[in-house]
Amino acid sequence: MSAHHAHDILFPALPYDMKPRSTRAAGDIQLQQFVNSATRSKDSGRRSTCRETFGERYDDLRRYAGSIKQQTLDHLDTHINRYIDNAQKHGVHVHFAKDAAQANAICLEIAQSRHCHVCVKSKSMVTEETGLVPALQAAGIETVETDLGEFILQLDDDAPSHIVTPMIHKDRTAVGRAFTRELGTPYSQDPAELTKIARDHMRALFQKADLGISGANFLIADDGSLVLCTNEGNADLSVGLPRVHIALVGIEKLIPALSDLPIFLKLLARSATAQPITVYTTIVKGPRQPTECGGPDEVHVVLLDNGRTGLLASDARELLRCIRCGACLNACPVYRKVGGGHAYGAVYSGPIGAVLTPALLGLANYADLPRASSLCGACREACPVDIDIPGQLIRLRAKLVDQRSMPWSERTMMKAWTWTLKTSARYRLASRLLRWAATHMSDSVDAQGRAWLKRAPGPAAGWTVGRDLPAPMPQSFREWWLREHGSHRP
Amino acid sequence: MRVALFVTCLTDQFYPRTGIAAVKVLEHLGCHVEFPLEQTCCGQPMYNNGLHAQAAALARRFVTIFEPFEAIITPSGSCAAMVRRHFADLLNSDPAWRDRAAAVSARTYEFVEFLDRVLKFNSVTAGVRWPGRATCHCACHLRELGLFDLPRHFLSSIPGLDLAPLAGAEQCCGFGGTFSVKYVDPSMAMVTDKVDALIASGTTTLVCNDAGCAMNIEGACRRRGVNVDIKSIAEILAEGLGLLPREGHG
Repeated sequence: MSAHHAHDILFPALPYDMKPRSTRAAGDIQLQQFVNSATRSKDSGRRSTCRETFGERYDDLRRYAGSIKQQTLDHLDTHINRYIDNAQKHGVHVHFAKDAAQANAICLEIAQSRHCHVCVKSKSMVTEETGLVPALQAAGIETVETDLGEFILQLDDDAPSHIVTPMIHKDRTAVGRAFTRELGTPYSQDPAELTKIARDHMRALFQKADLGISGANFLIADDGSLVLCTNEGNADLSVGLPRVHIALVGIEKLIPALSDLPIFLKLLARSATAQPITVYTTIVKGPRQPTECGGPDEVHVVLLDNGRTGLLASDARELLRCIRCGACLNACPVYRKVGGGHAYGAVYSGPIGAVLTPALLGLANYADLPRASSLCGACREACPVDIDIPGQLIRLRAKLVDQRSMPWSERTMMKAWTWTLKTSARYRLASRLLRWAATHMSDSVDAQGRAWLKRAPGPAAGWTVGRDLPAPMPQSFREWWLREHGSHRP
Repeated sequence: MRVALFVTCLTDQFYPRTGIAAVKVLEHLGCHVEFPLEQTCCGQPMYNNGLHAQAAALARRFVTIFEPFEAIITPSGSCAAMVRRHFADLLNSDPAWRDRAAAVSARTYEFVEFLDRVLKFNSVTAGVRWPGRATCHCACHLRELGLFDLPRHFLSSIPGLDLAPLAGAEQCCGFGGTFSVKYVDPSMAMVTDKVDALIASGTTTLVCNDAGCAMNIEGACRRRGVNVDIKSIAEILAEGLGLLPREGHG
């Protein structure tokens, strides 16, 4: 494994070709089994707990939550300014980073000027986006991931494959091996034993850490606080114990008021993990006040743009509603098949990644992503903030056509097909030609008289890799109709 | 009621019996069914592939052909969703076309939806009887119309029909139009799940109201040597009403 293996997984050479990774993932039976079973059980858990709690109003609630986020985004500058004013009142230092490099530089400057040497970090997709951990480590700051999944990935120099369940592609034997190799503990695959090993190891780090880093699930404009949701309590420790805390947060995380928080907490926990509430939900107002006995001396919030204002000005702005619950990944059949192999080639995977990554990093660099979907709509149904992901995928496909990124042969074929469909005479002629050709190439005929091909030529070749292809039936519906009803009826 | 059948190109070419069954059932229920011969395709393949100018041309053609009818009925969930959900989007730059499209969209129904919601069809009072065991694959595009569970509910009310559950019924079969030939690995893995679920269901009759899913699942079954009879709900009803002879292994 190279020194920057994890980085290369999420930041592959561009333009990115999805095929090698998706072929490998789809062919890995073990990976298929655990990603498939984990995503399916989370998805069915989400559906049953949401129906149980919200009943028939579930869809109304999703639309309502989406509208709160959308209205916030529509006036984001106002909400950010209110947030900054209120956060500063509590003594929070608010910084603004226009891109990944600037975000990392700000974090590094804070760490170095405060003489921090050991950093405990809780899970944050935004820090993956900026590559913050390698940047801190390169500067000599020992940085440890404290989310159990992320910790294991860090030991293995591996990268998250799921927004919420970062090591969905690994099983406990891989964890046992990583612990034995990197921590020198006796091999075990017992979850309780493995958790204890991680906990003992991390406890020592928490005690000596002088810097804590987190993301944030929400920033609340009207009281300047940030909200952290974890199931392991590691974010609370990363805020509570070190003397300096930095939260690196995307600007889309704003919500207007504390009174808006409950709906999002309810939807987030249920959508992400089918829990009624995340185990640890912490609202951080700022550094330790004179009357308080714990907490950091300094709290810094770094607001990250990194392409988001561009997105806000585009017709894909609804993507910024995303609360990173991962429900669309769990619901997505394509993610279930290839997501465990990091096939989306970027920090954000699954349906939301398929629309967000091209929007942030360039459609030409990620042309496969919007195409690699059957448009089944399961993601849209799962989204707690009602993002029309299939609609966005189609929009990106239209953009690919406009940018002439669709291969010439394919575009010509689609246009010729359209031309054929513009009169019924052409359609009938083309159908007869297709039936004649397919019947000649067929190798068997079934009981209904349908001819089948084991190998199809040209653009249909992919179909017959694992499926037989039917030829048109000897008598089409139209031919039946004309025989039965004649041509006297329209 | 004067209704038009929009048979769809895939049903016309690959599953004509579904169209025949739909005509017989609708006529049995007192509809005057017409088949406008000018019809071809709703433009869904072009729309999904991002060729929106081409899709809009086919959408305008569709609107012109079908606007004389009181109701437009199609035995395909995805084509119904195309007309109902996406025509407005495609034609919204021209107010005249947008309004005509909206009017046609509002009268376009998926076959089962039309029976259930418009004709208030009841299998028991209509005298349907289809003895046998079957399972049901729900076509994903019915989600867009809020009808995802309708085929299952509809089938479970048919006297004699023993509806077996299909594991992972909510998961797409992997068809997705050109997705199935361009992204073969995920598409194959998805249809493999579907065939596995069909085998586990203990029946060989799979009811499916979308020709695309049907081609995909049937093609995968054939390659694996798995016996399957794919039928649409229209065929089940036509057989159950004695309008078409019972076909298949079961």
